Amino acid sequence: MTRQPFRRDGHRGETLRFRFDGRDYEGYRGDTLAAALLANGVRAVATSVRLGRPRGVFAAWTEEPNALVQIEHPFPEPMLQATTVELYDGLVARGLPGKGRLSGEADPARHDGVYAHCDVLVVGAGPAGLSAALSAAGSGARVVLADDRPVPGGSLPDTAETVDGLPGAEWAAAALAELDGHPEVRVLARTGVLGYYDDNYLVAVERRGERASSRERLWRIRARRVVLATGAHERSVAFAGNDRPGVMLASAARAYVNRYGVLPGRRAVVFTANDSAYAAARDLAAAGVEVAAVVDVRRGGGRSWDGSEVLAGHLVTGVDGPDGVSSVTVSPDPGGGPAGGREIEADLLLVSGGWNPVVHLFGQAGGRLRYDERLGALLPAATRQAVEVAGAARGLSTLGRCLADGAAAGARAAEAAGFRAGRRPAARAEDVAAAPAEHVWLVPAADYRGHFVDLQRDVTVADVMRATGAGLRSVEHVKRYTTAGTAHDQGKTSGLLTSGVVAHLLGVDVAELGTTTFRAPYVPVSFATLAGRDRGALHDPVRVTPLHGWHVARGALFENIGQWKRPRYYPRAGEDMPTAVLRECAAVRRGAGAMDVSTLGKIDLQGPDAAELLDRLYTGMMSTLPVGAIRYGVMCRPDGTVFDDGTVTRLAQDRFLATTTTGNAAAVLDWMEEWLQTEWPSLRVYCTSVTEQWATVALAGPGSRAVLAGLAPGLAVDGASFPFMTWRDARVADIEARVCRISFSGELAYEINVSAWDGLALWEAVQGSGAVTPYGTETMHVLRAEKGYPIVGQDTDGTVTPADLGLGWALSGKKADYVGKRSHARPGDLRPDRKHLVGLLPDDPDRLLPEGAHLVATARLPEPPVPALGHVTSSYRSAALGRTFALALVSGGRERVGERLYVPVGAEQVPVTVTRHVLYDPEGARRDG
Amino acid sequence: MTGERPSPPARFEPVSDGDLRIAEVPFRTQVNLRLDPGGPAAGDIGRALGVPLPAEPGTYGSADVDVLWLGPDEWLVVGEPGRERELETRLRDAAGTGHVAVTDVSAQRTTLLVAGPKARDLLAHGCALDLHPRVFGPGRCAQTMLARAQVLLVARDGDEFMVLVRPSFAGYLVAWLLDAAAEYVSGQPG
Amino acid sequence: MLIPCPWCGPRDEAEFHYGGQAHVAYPADPAALSDAEWARYLFFRDNPKGPFAERWSHAAGCRRWFNVVRDTATNEIHAVYRAGGQRPVSP
Repeated sequence: MTRQPFRRDGHRGETLRFRFDGRDYEGYRGDTLAAALLANGVRAVATSVRLGRPRGVFAAWTEEPNALVQIEHPFPEPMLQATTVELYDGLVARGLPGKGRLSGEADPARHDGVYAHCDVLVVGAGPAGLSAALSAAGSGARVVLADDRPVPGGSLPDTAETVDGLPGAEWAAAALAELDGHPEVRVLARTGVLGYYDDNYLVAVERRGERASSRERLWRIRARRVVLATGAHERSVAFAGNDRPGVMLASAARAYVNRYGVLPGRRAVVFTANDSAYAAARDLAAAGVEVAAVVDVRRGGGRSWDGSEVLAGHLVTGVDGPDGVSSVTVSPDPGGGPAGGREIEADLLLVSGGWNPVVHLFGQAGGRLRYDERLGALLPAATRQAVEVAGAARGLSTLGRCLADGAAAGARAAEAAGFRAGRRPAARAEDVAAAPAEHVWLVPAADYRGHFVDLQRDVTVADVMRATGAGLRSVEHVKRYTTAGTAHDQGKTSGLLTSGVVAHLLGVDVAELGTTTFRAPYVPVSFATLAGRDRGALHDPVRVTPLHGWHVARGALFENIGQWKRPRYYPRAGEDMPTAVLRECAAVRRGAGAMDVSTLGKIDLQGPDAAELLDRLYTGMMSTLPVGAIRYGVMCRPDGTVFDDGTVTRLAQDRFLATTTTGNAAAVLDWMEEWLQTEWPSLRVYCTSVTEQWATVALAGPGSRAVLAGLAPGLAVDGASFPFMTWRDARVADIEARVCRISFSGELAYEINVSAWDGLALWEAVQGSGAVTPYGTETMHVLRAEKGYPIVGQDTDGTVTPADLGLGWALSGKKADYVGKRSHARPGDLRPDRKHLVGLLPDDPDRLLPEGAHLVATARLPEPPVPALGHVTSSYRSAALGRTFALALVSGGRERVGERLYVPVGAEQVPVTVTRHVLYDPEGARRDG
Repeated sequence: MTGERPSPPARFEPVSDGDLRIAEVPFRTQVNLRLDPGGPAAGDIGRALGVPLPAEPGTYGSADVDVLWLGPDEWLVVGEPGRERELETRLRDAAGTGHVAVTDVSAQRTTLLVAGPKARDLLAHGCALDLHPRVFGPGRCAQTMLARAQVLLVARDGDEFMVLVRPSFAGYLVAWLLDAAAEYVSGQPG
Repeated sequence: MLIPCPWCGPRDEAEFHYGGQAHVAYPADPAALSDAEWARYLFFRDNPKGPFAERWSHAAGCRRWFNVVRDTATNEIHAVYRAGGQRPVSP
């Protein structure tokens, strides 16, 4: 006795072992998990999401709404359709109650992506798609053929029809071999197109398997022309018990018999409104399934049928059997309900309510659809994209017409892309005439709670009636009210059925009602696949300076500034961050420290109008800056808020170097280009980024002059020869350098710029002087905050003006205009209650305020809404002050110096005193050493 | 200068397989050039370089240097290492008093060589441009994205590409390239 | 979406930065404007459903700014022209 009791006689293959819901089974290579389960007589595969009803395999490919499984081994993956999981040896899976669960373990598999370009993309390798690809390929065009199945042919292996005298599957294999011979053709099997976006950009997922270099690959395909040969899905009918395991689409049963050699049952009833189900009945009968009756909605029945009884003009009014079909109740239409019906014993009920062309991608592409009364289906109509729809996807129902249509579409697409299609004759097949189909959406009954329209979401006709009863008239609203069509299957089997039922309930035409919007993804896709290689260490670029290796070797801990890694502090053995930062701060204030500031943005401006451009963009006057000098500058947006700050160095009469904050380097260059190109094209100035051309070392502290003198013996470093805010060319550590005397700490300080290639040599020389402590961004932040120097983006947000920051001195009154000036004269910018940058000293000198905390005026919190006066922007421990301190933006803050305010922290009101924002060396005595 | 120049910015073990080579070509001289292509300096500079400034977007010309189109008024002159001074001077002399910006940016980008029959396949993992030889063959260059880094991509003869990238991004980009290259290097799953 | 850079040709939208409505010139003399006029320049922009003249910059490519007439409902691009150019007559 075979171990696969529902395997068709004579069907053999390589045996694969698998485990489902804790039991061991065998299947054959080439099976899907669903096929193998049916071969073993497993009927109930999953339970439904809302009602917990047992559910079986309903379809044979991606349209499956029921048979959801979770893979446990070899890799955990939730919510897959058993009908699309290719069986492999050792697979462990279990059925799902509607929802899966994410694994707690990291998925070790690689996922990746590829960009592809082609003249013609053909989606679907069924009869029409293969024909399209063959005729396009013959033109020499670059063709991509993407198909989601493991083998080509689309429905041909399901129907076992004949093409050009060959069994369909053989013809498809030969067509594929021919395509593989074209050097400009790429065939992507197991590759489902899931999104169709603007300008013929399509995204597809290739399932490559465990042994490939990546388990799944996301193809991003840009096509000049697209041929959609996506076929059609059969749809169900809403009748009582239509969700029982054993109720199956007729075409799916045919696929199990022909493609997989599996009998989905022993004794079948066929319920149909068209002729295609008769072919399924014939194939099932030939495979040994007893066809008990064909129940045909149409009074005239279907084409000649020499099998069992045909009950024309009948409906299925009930299905019995708790865990699977055991009998089917049939009544004449209009039926009197189950009581008046006849019960037929069966374990399988095939349903065919009609065919829905797969227009999802066409809809996603912005194509309009029209309802065709004769076909009872939505067909593609107008579109703005360069796309052809061929075969069953545009409503053709016979094989011969699909083959011819595909060939013509492929030739048209190649020609539209500028190629000459050859005269390859289209493949041929014999078409059989069919009787006209009827369109039945639901079987009338007194109680609609067992008439399912969306099996995955457990939506019944009763639910739809509740929606229409609540006054909803649009299918989009009904979808949201009932959730019909929102599951992983995106309503492939339920979408039009829902529309049909709504139309029936409202007494309107389906054509008038339409259907819901098609959106990507057509099939479910994992986030891992969408992320591709952008995971882990490659999630986002990590930018490092030429000195990075040194920082790492010295145990620096890093801070992320945008994509940059900057040393935050350099802990010594046993030091935590506060200890290390206090030590680094003290070293700079008492001796000398050095910091890698290479990340600062640097823009080289050249041209006779460079000074004019800077005058317009910075709030201060730059044109009066002498060659050899440096000036601090602030840039505002037109609305007057601070955009960025930095220094401007005049290198020559017509050449400047502007620095930016680390995070804004690209934005400031773009800003300059934007104004130059769009507003002031007559200004003769060119801006070039040199951010990474230079490595920059900040040398700060009263001891820095001696260190510099030691490294640059040729440079006169005394205060008179090298004053504050000037620069000198020099050799430092025997490296060509530009030394700028600027300070971001209030101490005597220099910034030494050398070629990035020489940055490490300079840094090592500075460290080698023996008197210099390396310090990081945290120390820099403390030192600048002690001096009240704001950090753009930390002490500012999109509302803060230079005047708010106490930088009124940096606003030129002499210039007629600069970007932002007009806004600084608006009443809103002159209000006395604007938030000013001030200092805060907690009463408890050891109390570190949390950044972002609010400030209130009273020691006791009033009832909400609590009037907040501002918030803490920066908060540190200061070695120089011997206490904690903070900077804050406070309403009318400069008028509040000396006032006591409170910072609510948890349940506590922490008392603080407002001070001026410059807390350390307000006279500026230290900057000259 | 006291010491040797540091290791090349990208610093990695080069890949040299039958179908794929990846290596760094560091320290090449690069000079950024901006001027009005319709102005009088354009011709003089072209003559000084030995090749006219390419006017067609996305192309480059070659003499003893490559002159790459970056924008309608911007080019990158690329030469062997160590020629910064000489090229800057040559260009400034040719520019005369015209409104021309000449900027040494040699350390602003490093160069990665990606070559071999699989080079296009490898780059296609992260580059949205059509790299088919009919579209992006020798003589073409483009500023675009490769993975998540901005690059200047240069197609040369013999399935050879030069990928110019900011040194700060080089470590990331090399890690990305090596990860993507795994399937093209022999002994790895395909 | 593909955006046709006037210099580099069609490139993926990810290479571009958006610059908002085109043809909103910086006022010649901001100081001469009333607060209301200045606020109109700063804060008021059109938001049509349909063709819209807007600015784009090929940020990851040639770094040039240019103008595009794009249908905001369909993303169809009706015209591309250089910064400072006249908006072409709508089709």
